[in-house]
Amino acid sequence: MKKTYKIEVDCAACAAKMEDAAKKTAGVKDATVAFMPQKMKVEFDEGADVASVMAEVLKNCKKVESDCEIFLS
Amino acid sequence: MTKKQRKVLIRIIISAVLVVVFSLISVENQYLRLAMFLIPYLIIGYDILKKAVYGIFNGQVFDENFLMALATVGAIILGEYVEGTAVMLFYQIGELFQSYAVGKSRRNISALMDIRPDYANIEQDGQLEQVDPDDVEIGSTIVVQPGEKIPIDGIVVSGSSTLNTSALTGESLPREVYKGDEVISGCVNLSGLLYIETTREFGESTVSKILDLVENSSMKKSKSENFITRFAKYYTPAVCIGALALAVLPPLVNLLLGNPAEWSQWVIRALTTLVISCPCALVISIPLSFFGGIGGASSKGVLVKGANYLEALSETKYVVCDKTGTLTKGVFEVTHLESAEGIAEEELLEMAAYAESYSNHPISRSLKEAYHKKTGRQIDASRVTNVEEISGHGVSAVVDGRNVSAGNVKFMEKLKISYMLPQKTGTEVHVAIDGKYAGYILISDLVKPTAKAAIAGLKAAGIKQVIMLTGDARNVAEAVAAEIGVDVVKSELLPADKVAEVEHLLAAKSDRERLAFVGDGINDAPVLSRADLGIAMGALGSDAAIEAADIVLMDDDPIKIATAMNISRKTLRIVHQNIVFALVVKFSCLGLGAVGFVNMWWAIFADVGVMIIAVLNATRTLKS
Repeated sequence: MKKTYKIEVDCAACAAKMEDAAKKTAGVKDATVAFMPQKMKVEFDEGADVASVMAEVLKNCKKVESDCEIFLS
Repeated sequence: MTKKQRKVLIRIIISAVLVVVFSLISVENQYLRLAMFLIPYLIIGYDILKKAVYGIFNGQVFDENFLMALATVGAIILGEYVEGTAVMLFYQIGELFQSYAVGKSRRNISALMDIRPDYANIEQDGQLEQVDPDDVEIGSTIVVQPGEKIPIDGIVVSGSSTLNTSALTGESLPREVYKGDEVISGCVNLSGLLYIETTREFGESTVSKILDLVENSSMKKSKSENFITRFAKYYTPAVCIGALALAVLPPLVNLLLGNPAEWSQWVIRALTTLVISCPCALVISIPLSFFGGIGGASSKGVLVKGANYLEALSETKYVVCDKTGTLTKGVFEVTHLESAEGIAEEELLEMAAYAESYSNHPISRSLKEAYHKKTGRQIDASRVTNVEEISGHGVSAVVDGRNVSAGNVKFMEKLKISYMLPQKTGTEVHVAIDGKYAGYILISDLVKPTAKAAIAGLKAAGIKQVIMLTGDARNVAEAVAAEIGVDVVKSELLPADKVAEVEHLLAAKSDRERLAFVGDGINDAPVLSRADLGIAMGALGSDAAIEAADIVLMDDDPIKIATAMNISRKTLRIVHQNIVFALVVKFSCLGLGAVGFVNMWWAIFADVGVMIIAVLNATRTLKS
C-alpha cells in the first residue's frame, strides 16, 4: 500500500536525509521524499500498521532533521 | 515570508547591528570582547549549534550544520571574533534567501498548475448549492456558471458555451460546446450556463488525474539529482577529514623539520576550506531547476511525469512518429478531382458519392461530405439502386438509371476500362459511368498545419533522425514524409511491426542516445512503453495513453514536441551550468584556501554567493 503525506522541511539535503531515515524504518518497503512539492510518499510492507509505522517514521526523521514535520492526518 | 523566515530575518538584523557596533568599540580586555561578540554569535547561530550537537548524537556527524559550527567555533577560539560571527551571519542570510526563493518559485509553479476546482454546483429546489466535488455521484447533473471551472468530466445536457482549455492544453483558442458534447474537467466556462451530467467521479476526472500526475512527477528523480545526493553523502565527510588533515599535518611536518609549527595559521586555513566546501548550492539548485522545468512545461500543455523523463528528453537523438493522428489529422478529405473529357467535376463527384452512399467507410464518408460541401445538397437515397460491393475492388450501383462503377485501379482493370494515372498521391477512387471512364478522385489524410514546423523544430533542437512509421500504403507515406521533411519512412506496417521496428532502432543506436516515440495513444501503447521515452499526444480524456506515456501532450499539435524538447534542453543546460559553476568556484577556492590565498570573506562568497547565483539561475527554468 502506498500513501502520500504532506511534509515541511527546509532544505533538499534535509529531505534526502528524511528519505533515508524513512526507508530504514521497519514496516516501510520504500519511501520517496520530494522537496519541491513538500511531499513524502511511503510504500508500506504487506500487513503493516500504517499509523504506528508512520509514528516511527516521524520519530526517525526528527532524529536526523530536528525541525522537519510530517502531517499524518 | 513565512513566520519562520521572518524570525530569522529579525535575528539577522539584530546580530548584524550588534557586530557592527561592537567592532567599532575598542575593548582592551580580551575576555570582555569575547563575551560581547558571543551575544550576536549566539543570537544568529544557536539553532545551528544545537543541530550540530544533535546531529552528532544521532550519527549525522558531517552535515553542513556541523561544518558551520566547527568553522565558527574554531574561528572564535583563535580570537577571530568578527569573522566567526560574520560567517554564521552570512550563512543564515544565504539560508534565508534560499528558503525564500525556493518558496516563491514553488508558489509560482503551483499557481501555474492551479486547475483544481474547489466546488461543484448542484441545483436543489431551484437553488444552486455548492458541494464538495468529491461528493458528486456519477450521473448527477451539475451546473457550471460563466467564469467557473468545470469540476468533473461529463456530457452537456443543456446549454451551450465557449470553453477556455488553456489551463489544460496551453491552447488559447476557446472551444465551443453544445448539448450532447463531452466536456472535461479543468476547462473554464467563458460565456453560457451549462448543465452537465457527470460521467465520472471527481477522483477519476481528467483534472484530478493531471494534478496527481504533476504532483508525483518530482518523486521520480533524475540522474543529476541522484548524483548530487550521493555526491554530498561522500563529499562532506571527505572535506571534513581533509580540513582536519590540513590543520594538523603541515604543523607536524614543520615541527619534524625543526621549523616553527604555525598552528593558528593552518587551523584558520582549515576552517576556511570548511566554509567554502558547503554543498548547498548544488543540493538546492538542481531539484529546483527540474521542478521549474516541469512546471514551465505543464503551463504549455506538456505534462512530464518525472524529472528523469525531462532529462531523457534532453538526451533524445531519435524521434519515431506515428503518422495517422500524430503528423496528419487522421481525417480523410477529398483533395483532388480529375474528370475525363466531357464530364463535369461536379458530375464525377456526384456519381461517386451516390455509388458509395451505402457504405460507411471513411472514404465513402469523405465523398459524401465533399459532395455536400460542393453542392449544398444531401444524398437522396431513392436515386440509387442495385448496389453491389466487390470486395477489394470497389462498388457498382445504378444511379439515375446509369451504371456507375467506383473503385481502385484493379477494379478498372477488371472491367477492362482504361484509366488516367494520377500525378499526386492519395487514395484513388476511379469512376466509370456506363462502361466509360469518367475520371478519378483523390482522397488523402491531411497533414497537420504545424507538422512541418514541428519536424524543423526537432532538427533545430538537435534530433539526428526523425522516423515515421505507418500502416499506410507506401506512395502515400512517402509523399507525406517528403512534404514535412521526415528522414526515414517505414510504411505498410502492422501494429506488431511497429514494435519490432522500434526495437530494431533501439538496438542500432548508441547507449547514450535516447529514442522517443510519439503517438496519439490509440493502439500504440506497446510501442509507447517499449521506447526509451513515450510521448502521447492529444491525450485529453484518453486514460490508456496517459498511463502508458512518460510525457503527455495535452492537445494534438505536433509543435509541442519541439516545445517540450526545448524546455528539457534548457533545464538540463541550467543544471549543468550550476554543477560546473559551483564545483569550479569551490574547488579553486579550496585550492587557494589551502595554500592561504583565500581569507574567510572569500570563503563566505564561495559558499553563500555561489548558492544565491545558482538558485537565481535555476529559477530561469520557469520562464520560457
